[in-house]
Amino acid sequence: MVSGKRGFRLEVRGVRHAFELRGQDLPVLEDVDFVAEPGEFVALLGPSGCGKSTLLRLVAGLEPSSEGSILVDGQPITGTDPSRIIMFQDPTLYPWRTVRANAAVGPEARGTLKRDAARIDAALALVGLADFAAAYPHELSGGMAQRASLARALVNDPHLLMLDEPLGKLDSLTRLAMQRELSALWQRAGFTALLVTHDVEEALLLADRVLVLSDRPARILADLRVETPRPRRRDDPRLVALRSEVLGLLGLAEAA
Amino acid sequence: MNSIAHRIGSANRLDGAASAAGFARPSPPLPVWAGGVVAALVWLAAAGLTHWLPDDDDLGRTDLLALAAAAIGVVILAAVVAVGRRPARRESRIGQLRAAGPWLVALALGLVAWELVTAKYAVLPRPFFVAPQSILEVFTDDWARLGESVLRSLLLVVPGYLLGAAIGFLTGVAMGWSRFVGYWVHPVIRLIGPLPATAWLPVAFFAFSSSRGASTFLIALASFFPVAVLTWSGVSAVGKSYYDVARTMGASPWFLVRKVAVPAAMPSVFVGLFMGLGASFSVLVVAEMMGVRAGLGWYMQWAQGWASYGNMYAALLVLAALCSGAVTLLFRLRDRLLSWQKGLVRW
Ligand SMILES: Nc1ncnc2c1ncn2[C@@H]1O[C@H](COP(=O)(O)OP(=O)(O)OP(=O)(O)O)[C@@H](O)[C@H]1O
Ligand SMILES: [Mg+2]
Repeated sequence: MVSGKRGFRLEVRGVRHAFELRGQDLPVLEDVDFVAEPGEFVALLGPSGCGKSTLLRLVAGLEPSSEGSILVDGQPITGTDPSRIIMFQDPTLYPWRTVRANAAVGPEARGTLKRDAARIDAALALVGLADFAAAYPHELSGGMAQRASLARALVNDPHLLMLDEPLGKLDSLTRLAMQRELSALWQRAGFTALLVTHDVEEALLLADRVLVLSDRPARILADLRVETPRPRRRDDPRLVALRSEVLGLLGLAEAA
Repeated sequence: MNSIAHRIGSANRLDGAASAAGFARPSPPLPVWAGGVVAALVWLAAAGLTHWLPDDDDLGRTDLLALAAAAIGVVILAAVVAVGRRPARRESRIGQLRAAGPWLVALALGLVAWELVTAKYAVLPRPFFVAPQSILEVFTDDWARLGESVLRSLLLVVPGYLLGAAIGFLTGVAMGWSRFVGYWVHPVIRLIGPLPATAWLPVAFFAFSSSRGASTFLIALASFFPVAVLTWSGVSAVGKSYYDVARTMGASPWFLVRKVAVPAAMPSVFVGLFMGLGASFSVLVVAEMMGVRAGLGWYMQWAQGWASYGNMYAALLVLAALCSGAVTLLFRLRDRLLSWQKGLVRW
């Protein structure tokens, strides 16, 4: 799975984005500005519907932003590129392909199917779906579909990996295991990671930095650095303190 | 079901025990196939009745019909013995055979009723109503001409259908994919498409020097329209997120068409192919009756002209078998290609 490739330096500069919804302008991102250093793991936390997925779509190059610029290693992006891979919030597996064939879409699209055969199997093994390689998506559970989608993203060996609530549908045990795997994989592979999650603990366990976003239109409320060395324990006092701070920023102080 | 359970059985240790118990439990032996016994007896009775009850008129092949009915009875009886009490699931071959029992009985009873009202007591007026042995006689005596007609019909309908379906498929994909093609082709399809292909008959026979060319054109036109429209709608309905996934991984537009748009549209394409098949056969029969002097359509019209209604019904039967066979073939192909879909309609 490992290539030892350096991660991209991602610069998001003054990005504003608005959708048109029934003739009305719907501002979704408001002056979002941050830099992710090469190999850095950045988590995005924010209320539902604030614009996190939209931000990832912009960085992936699926849509141009209304204003501002997005640069990787100093170059403005011009569209999608297999070095910037996004794992969508919805698994969107192709129902006519088996799990393995779904995971193989990237290499197949780029004509590297032969060369990447081992990577594909390794990715399926990593997410625990090796035994389901021949199954069709309608034979999977929701969490398994999500893991298949994660495998499909990992196969591409990206410089920048965007994960949109990758573990949202998993039970808490599988979730813990997958968090460990993701963390280890990121440390080995060295890509820059952008993780969207609803789970404050998950963000604190995995990320170097946590960006807390406001309600729509999303602005960056806080940019918190998580200095705790890895492997981290969720009951680490520094993490517990950070967790209350984040929950306070999200207006959930009483939940802390 | 079983194969999936087998494939994933080893994956889930917790489920393993439960599913193994569920699937490995030996099914209890079934009772003797009573429906088969009844069916065999009714077929044998039909044979006896056909043989011993005198015909109202001088008809050929009465004894052959009796023999055939008896043979069917014997075969069913042999099947009863062969099936025995062996356990069988509903979808297995044996299970399907067992389920067919009532139909086998009904067919034999239908034959008896038909035989009585035509051959034996002539309740129904001749020559419009034909005794079963007379239809059998057509098959034994006129099989050469009938066979040639089948061949001629197939040689006309198969290339026409395939040509129309192929062009329709390509047109549909192009319309769904390219705004430019959609802009120019859509209005044409909208105006011309709903016109029954047979309406072109006079034009086609005038425009093409050979009646064969004209008929092929018409048959192709008949299959073209539904295939084009349903392929187009299938491709248009493909979700944007399907394209997004492939695009982020570096897929070319060509990959998006071939590996995303087309497979996603396949269920819809098959509906078009199915509808086109019916339209093609209908044009085939009309074309053969109007201009082509060969094939099953022509045979039927020729038989009707000579008041040989037995021949007409025989040709009709063959045509029905042909259409049904073609649809079966299409559904087999679909079941193979779309095995990933749940809840397919069985043909
Ligand atoms: N294609 C679109 N057209 C119009 N509005 C859109 C579109 N995509 C997203 N939106 C709107 O943008 C806002 C942000 O959506 P987005 O999917 O980015 O939220 P999110 O932060 O990912 O939410 P969640 O955590 O629930 O996934 C929402 O209000 C949504 O209605
Ligand atoms: Mg989202």
